[in-house]
Amino acid sequence: MSAMWDVVSGVAWRTLKNALTNPQILLPTMMFPLFFFTAFAGGLSQLREIPGFDFPPGYTAFQFVFVLLQSAAFSGVFTGFGVARDFEGGFAKRLMLAAPHRSGIVIGYALAALCRWLIVAVLLTVVALAVGMNVGGGAVDLAGLYGLALLVNFCGFFWAGGIAMRFRTIQAAPLMQMPVFLVLFFAPVYVPLDLLSGWIESVATVNPATYLLETGRGFIAGDAPHVLGAFLIAIGMGVAFWTWAFLGLRKAEIAGG
Amino acid sequence: MIPPLIFPIALMTVNAAGLQSSTDLAGFPTDSFLAFALAVPFIQGALFSTMNAGTDLARDVQTGFINRLSLTALRDWALLTGQLAGVVALGVVQAVFYLVVGLAAGVEIAAGPAGVVVLLVYAAIVSLSFGALGAFLAFRTGSGEAIQALFPLLFVFLFISSMNTPRNLIGVDWFRTAATLNPVSYMIECIRSLIVVGWDPEALLLGFGFIAVIGVASLALSSRALRTRMTRT
Repeated sequence: MSAMWDVVSGVAWRTLKNALTNPQILLPTMMFPLFFFTAFAGGLSQLREIPGFDFPPGYTAFQFVFVLLQSAAFSGVFTGFGVARDFEGGFAKRLMLAAPHRSGIVIGYALAALCRWLIVAVLLTVVALAVGMNVGGGAVDLAGLYGLALLVNFCGFFWAGGIAMRFRTIQAAPLMQMPVFLVLFFAPVYVPLDLLSGWIESVATVNPATYLLETGRGFIAGDAPHVLGAFLIAIGMGVAFWTWAFLGLRKAEIAGG
Repeated sequence: MIPPLIFPIALMTVNAAGLQSSTDLAGFPTDSFLAFALAVPFIQGALFSTMNAGTDLARDVQTGFINRLSLTALRDWALLTGQLAGVVALGVVQAVFYLVVGLAAGVEIAAGPAGVVVLLVYAAIVSLSFGALGAFLAFRTGSGEAIQALFPLLFVFLFISSMNTPRNLIGVDWFRTAATLNPVSYMIECIRSLIVVGWDPEALLLGFGFIAVIGVASLALSSRALRTRMTRT
């Protein structure tokens, strides 16, 4: 167990240090969520005046939940970029030779993705509260919101990590981020589901991200719908992507790192 | 070639679908968000071209190609003209593509065929101006990475503008002020006026005025930076 933790903590610390000391990696991670939050909550705030738009905490809180979940997913994806870079540069090969428990490598990267997102989440929350975001939910609701986002972070990382360990090159980056981007933006990003129409409504209705988003928004409003369903979706996707990532690790082992 | 064509259209499609209900807001200038949003790819595509052209030129600087050129009889203005001609040609191809996609999706150009001509001329001028800006950055920094690092900054200019909401309907004061101070708002509104309104002299004057200022400044800066870069020692 101790040997496993040594691998997990070592990989997590190195990944986190890389992410926090390299401005080219740190700035997009920190700035893009704030930038999306600013652009959406600021530029589109009048959407709350559309007939049928009913979200008591206001448009800032409405967008905060989307950006929080988006930042969780992309902190995972960006950590997947790091995994690909480690394989491309040959570091992962040395790591796999040295690590007594190779599964600890994947868990270490996942822990780094989580820590990376927590920093973004704190910053985003502070900014949102500073600009006057209303919170209708209590402590349990907020724990639910951040718990849901944490599961999204794991899904984002295990998806991207699985790709990274299969392709072992940073050129696979679009394959890691485009599906996540599409799944998130094919959800009701700007207005609630019942105000969407046309093809986007059909896509959003069957998009699992829609249910995570609606439940997350419900948490911040203090009246969360389909909580059990949202957590089952998030946990189900987490298990599927966990399996995907560990199968990716096996493929990397077979390929010799 | 593909990303400047596809990404702006993809973003417009997603936004147009998700934001269609914002046309229900009182005072919104059209009942089709797609028509409202069609102006954005023209500017976003030009930003992509800036980055691509700048990165390619920076690579020429980094690999020493520009240094070898400086040993030939090539005039620096010929190099810049050739480079910018390529950017403008690409910009016009992009503009035609966006226009065809918009028309195929049912958008009608309120200013008619003459408006389409003005729109394409404007797209060419925007490409020339942004291309010159990219060239200036390339000659000045000589680093493709430095130019790529400016990409988020260009995106800030795009997003903190009237790209998704008319300025008079932006509810947050500071955002409306930032969008009003942002020249990108006037470029988008210039194109948008041709598509949605028809002939709006104020929007056209502001749009052409801002891009002329940016273009003249960028051309002056890029030709000066190129002269420095090609100094024969």
